[in-house]
Amino acid sequence: MGDIMKKQIQGILIGAAVAVGLSGFAGVASAQDMIYKAGDRQSGYMYAAKETQAIQDDDLGNPAYIWVDEGEALWTKVDGKAGKSCATCHGAESAMLTDVGTRYPVYNAKLGKMQSLEQKINEERQEKMGAKPYKWESKQMLSLTVYMRNGSRGKPMNVSIDGPAAKFFEAGKKFFNQRRGQLDMACKHCHEDGAGMMIRANMLSEGQSNGFPTYRLKWQKPGSIHRRFRGCNKQVRAKPYGYGSDEYVNLELFVAWRGRGLSVETPAVRN
Amino acid sequence: MGVRSLAVGALGVVLGLAFSTNAIAAEKKMVNYVVKNGAIAKSLTGKPGNAANGRKLAINRKKGNCLACHKMPIPEQAFHGEMGPELIGVAGRLNEGQIRLRIVDPKFFNRDTIMPAFYKNTGFTRVLKKFKGKTMLSAAQIEDLVAYTMTLK
Ligand code: HEC
Ligand code: HEC
Repeated sequence: MGDIMKKQIQGILIGAAVAVGLSGFAGVASAQDMIYKAGDRQSGYMYAAKETQAIQDDDLGNPAYIWVDEGEALWTKVDGKAGKSCATCHGAESAMLTDVGTRYPVYNAKLGKMQSLEQKINEERQEKMGAKPYKWESKQMLSLTVYMRNGSRGKPMNVSIDGPAAKFFEAGKKFFNQRRGQLDMACKHCHEDGAGMMIRANMLSEGQSNGFPTYRLKWQKPGSIHRRFRGCNKQVRAKPYGYGSDEYVNLELFVAWRGRGLSVETPAVRN
Repeated sequence: MGVRSLAVGALGVVLGLAFSTNAIAAEKKMVNYVVKNGAIAKSLTGKPGNAANGRKLAINRKKGNCLACHKMPIPEQAFHGEMGPELIGVAGRLNEGQIRLRIVDPKFFNRDTIMPAFYKNTGFTRVLKKFKGKTMLSAAQIEDLVAYTMTLK
């Protein structure tokens, strides 16, 4: 929490949101410490309805906390041929202490490309634990990613786009600005030009990723950022890419960079 | 950047997507048209459209969905979009041929526009299979929308 206070002093505005901070989770920022606005960038929280914000602010009422608990259980659960759990190597609480939620996707030299948190988890499962990879949008994968990103809650998004990551960042940026689908619209049309405007009953936000996996009321469960990308692609009648595709991992990097400085909010609640 | 809060986001109310993917649109075979002086003067069907039907198409989320971006004199619909200009009074600003071209292919006027082309079937990137090679609306539906838009004096 200390470095968040420092950030405040550095002049990053704290969203004037009403916070019903009930968080009792050790090492995890409570609602009033969240940075919803950094520079000219604002979290989807700022565009959400008050009722939706209230659900997110109330850790006891946020329906996604079941997934945090579930993820915590998976963290310590032994699985696979090597007889290990995540906790065997990382310690029982290390997920709560790390900043993984702020840094991914990261460049992976062995793969020669960017790797998302989901892909890192499956690499660990296969190579260190001798366990089967989780399916992308499975209950286990969502629980573990919600748990790990929740461990970084309150910390500012901070992906690296330098060095080997630079060209993947450029690819993600290009994707964001590229028109697609029968409606011929790019991400930027809705989330840059349209942010703050109503598109019929929906208030368009900046399309920030700092709350993911996000609990959508529409889904009645958390979903990955790649699920959201697929939904937004299909909305404009464009063929979506696969979960974990290079295209989406690069897009995820660009979108995370756009939200730099915003607090990780996982599990955020949205419409 | 103005942040307005969603007036009706009542707890648990799940709002529909702005654009549905369920609609199978229109025609594969395009009617040829002539653009002259920033307008398509002639009806695509050779006949005038039906304004009452055009109004329905403007509301329908799987068809025109003009309300996603434009405020229109359609009081029974609670939500009107804000991305485009109000269409109230547009028939006083533009003539019929200009309105027709604007709906058929708005990029004629503005390369960077966000408004979709409703009568165009090529030049897109990664269109979902069921919409490939098809226009958003049929020539007859375009004419219905032109007829309706012309009533917005
Ligand atoms: C036709 C308009 C439209 C386009 C184009 C579009 N989106 Fe969205 N997007 C929406 C709507 C509507 C929502 C739900 C309301 C909101 O948060 O903006 C949304 C939500 C999101 C969210 C969730 C934000 C949050 O706070 O939970 C992300 C992330 C996102 N979009 C990313 C993208 C990306 C990346 C692209 C391009 C691949 C894209 N969108 C294209 C309409 C669009
Ligand atoms: C996704 C957004 C969007 C949708 C959907 C949309 N429009 Fe538009 N429209 C715009 C924007 C933005 C403009 C402003 C000019 C520009 O950007 O080209 C515009 C301009 C117009 C104009 C010219 C207005 C003027 O005062 O010059 C007309 C007429 C029009 N639209 C009709 C329609 C009709 C009819 C439909 C539905 C069949 C429709 N639009 C659907 C975004 C949209």
